[in-house]
Amino acid sequence: MAQQPVEMILLKQWADHMASSIWLMDAAGDLIYYNEPAEAILGLRFDEAGTIRADELAEFFVTTDLDGNKIDTMELPVVIALTKMEPAHRQVRIRTRDGKTRDIEVTALPVEASGGRHLGAMAFFWEIGK
Amino acid sequence: MKARLWGTRGSLARSGPETNKYGGDTAAVEVRGDDGSLVVLDAGSGILRLGENIGEPPPRVDILLSHLHMDHIQGLGFFTPLYSADVEVHIWGPTSSTLDLRTRLTRYLSPPLFPVRLRDLVAVELHDLNPGSFRLDGVEVTADVVCHPGHTFGFRLQDDTGVLAYLPDHEPALGVEDFPGPPEWTSGYGLAAGADLLIHDAQYTADEYALRVGWGHSTFAHAIAFAELAEVDTIVTFHHDPSHSDEFLDEVTGGLSSNTVKIVGGTVGAEFEAAA
Repeated sequence: MAQQPVEMILLKQWADHMASSIWLMDAAGDLIYYNEPAEAILGLRFDEAGTIRADELAEFFVTTDLDGNKIDTMELPVVIALTKMEPAHRQVRIRTRDGKTRDIEVTALPVEASGGRHLGAMAFFWEIGK
Repeated sequence: MKARLWGTRGSLARSGPETNKYGGDTAAVEVRGDDGSLVVLDAGSGILRLGENIGEPPPRVDILLSHLHMDHIQGLGFFTPLYSADVEVHIWGPTSSTLDLRTRLTRYLSPPLFPVRLRDLVAVELHDLNPGSFRLDGVEVTADVVCHPGHTFGFRLQDDTGVLAYLPDHEPALGVEDFPGPPEWTSGYGLAAGADLLIHDAQYTADEYALRVGWGHSTFAHAIAFAELAEVDTIVTFHHDPSHSDEFLDEVTGGLSSNTVKIVGGTVGAEFEAAA
């Protein structure tokens, strides 16, 4: 089994201790981890889902703006952090597999390690109005 | 591939009758390939005696620095091949986010901390280390960042006969509720997986660790659990705490056990064969 880079391991361990909802994505855009608070927002336990490949994410979460309009994938905060390596923030509405709709704020940051290694992105979620 | 421990102590050298067996010098390990090539793992105070006992020096010596904490570099300026025009010395070590290896090393190898400047050494070539693999004669070296404060590498050395993994300063249990977790999420696993010989940090007892979480080191139990997870053949305990006497280490090491991994206390001068 391949090991994650230690920087991502440390982020995961940190996320495990945080009350904020946190996602970790690798450089390929696969969702490699989200913590327990994020499970509550996403309606899915990580232990059940495991790593979700980038091309499968749309099956798990449908993302629109707060008026229900579709958002271009390239304009999603996590995609901006992954592809442009820039921080990004946005309010979005997600519909999860359990059929629930939630309005959330997302802040995504690129994860850049020493030696110019682009390891992926991390994202924070807040449910609006909670 | 053979390994010999010239320095086993962590954090601070401690000489005296109470440390004669496990050794008082800080990290330095000699690795000899079957072709006579020489790789030195870290340049703690133990590298002084390695340099004095090197015999006919090979034309090239490669020194792999796991990180630049003082106990891993303080012997560098005392390594005799550095002053020989007949030996090419290559030093591989970590950069920081903003400084290259040369800049970081010269903070120590320059006055007022040291009388000789790095630039005055005759045949030294520095290599900024990044995660990945490279070849040194007959040995394939893989370097990867591991869990320890600052930018710290572990190494995996592989030749035709076996695999040696070297993680002298490593705290894979940091932040893990029930260590060990899955291999994918365990620092250092990729370096150590299936190694014939693992030289690994075992600085603390469980009681000591409770007061030093985040300092970058393992307990004896963490080291054994990590070795079992990585399914290594033999683990050598290393980076002994300066406060641990031979008597104490004999007692603790003698009480360690594993159903799958051979456990050896890292004593100074001990030689090992990393062979499948």
